[in-house]
Amino acid sequence: MLVKINGKSEEVQGATVLDLLKAKNIDPHMVAVELNARMLERDHLATTPVKEGDQVEFLFYMGGGR
Amino acid sequence: MRGWGRLTANGMNMDFTDEQITRYSRHILLPEVGGKGQKKIAKSRILIVGAGGLGSPAALYLAAAGVGTIGIIDSDVVDLSNLQRQVIHHTSDLDRSKVRSAKEKIQALNPDVTVVMHEDRLTSRNALELIRGYDLVLDGADNFSTKFLCNDACYFADKPLVHGGILRFEGRVTTIIPRKSACYRCVFKNPPPPGLVASCQEAGVLGVLAGIIGTIQATEALKLVLGVGRPLTDRLLDFDARRTAFREIKTKKNPNCPLCGDHPTITELFDHEPEVCDVKQVKVKVEA
Repeated sequence: MLVKINGKSEEVQGATVLDLLKAKNIDPHMVAVELNARMLERDHLATTPVKEGDQVEFLFYMGGGR
Repeated sequence: MRGWGRLTANGMNMDFTDEQITRYSRHILLPEVGGKGQKKIAKSRILIVGAGGLGSPAALYLAAAGVGTIGIIDSDVVDLSNLQRQVIHHTSDLDRSKVRSAKEKIQALNPDVTVVMHEDRLTSRNALELIRGYDLVLDGADNFSTKFLCNDACYFADKPLVHGGILRFEGRVTTIIPRKSACYRCVFKNPPPPGLVASCQEAGVLGVLAGIIGTIQATEALKLVLGVGRPLTDRLLDFDARRTAFREIKTKKNPNCPLCGDHPTITELFDHEPEVCDVKQVKVKVEA
C-alpha cells in the first residue's frame, strides 16, 4: 500500500506503525510519531494500524544548539 | 552630543536620537514596524539560553535590531571547537566566559542594548525567577534536559518560547505560546533514553546550520515582539541542508501532553538527568 512517510510517498508492507518503524530500522524511542496530524502514544505504536493513504511523520529528536 | 529628533511614525511621536533614527531606518521604513514597532523592540527583554551555535547569531541580530535588554545564560567558557559555528566568540576569547565574550560583542555592535549576564546553568531552581524577568525566551541549549526545562519553565511562567535544534545537516525551529499552541512535550513527551540520540559533540554539525536556525529563531522573536505576521506555532519547521529544503510539520496541542494536556502529570519544575557529554572526551580522527 502507498503511505506518505515524512512527506514522501512510499510503498510499504506491514500492518502497524511499529511494523513501519521496524522495516526502517528505527528504534521507537528515537522518534515521536504523528499519524494523520495526530500524535501517537508510544504504547500504541504496535496496535495502531496503517492504512492506504495515511500520512506518517517520524520526528527525530534534535537536541543540539551549541 | 546626540541630537534628539521627533519621529512621527504610525501616528505616534517617538523620541529617538538622530543616530538611532539612522541606525534603525531600514526597520522604521517598514510599515509593519515603523517608529512604534522600533519602540516595542527597544522596550523588549529577551532571554537567550546558551551563548553557543544558536545563541550567537540570534544574539547578534537581536542586538543589531535594537532589542532593549538581552539576557544570556551560560556557564561555559569558549573552547577552540566552538569557533567553527559560535560566531559571537573570537579566537582571542578562548577560555573566557561565553557570556562575557558575548556581551562585549553585542555592546560593540550596538551600545543601545543592555546585556544582562547570567553566568550559570539553567536549572529548575533558577529558571522560573529568571524567565519571569523577560518577555520571551530563545532556546539555544545543546542538551535535552535544558530544552525540556525551557519548555516547562516557559509554560509555568506563561512566556513564549522560540525553540531551536541542530544536528549534523539538519535543524528545526518552532514557536510555543503556552496554553495556546503545542508545546515541546506535546510532540516529544520526554527526553530520549541516554545514549540513544547523538549530540553535536558526538555526531558533528555543519557550522552554518547554527546561523540558519539561530537567525530564524531571532526572526520569530522579533515577530512576537512586534506582533507582526503569523508565528511559527503548531508547526515544526525542519531544514535539511543536504537538499537545501524546508519542510513544515503540523502539530497541535496534545490532550495527552504531560505538561499542558487535559490531565497534566507535571505540576512543577524538575531537572531531567543531564546527558553525559564532555567535548574534551571526544577525540576526532582526521582521515588521511
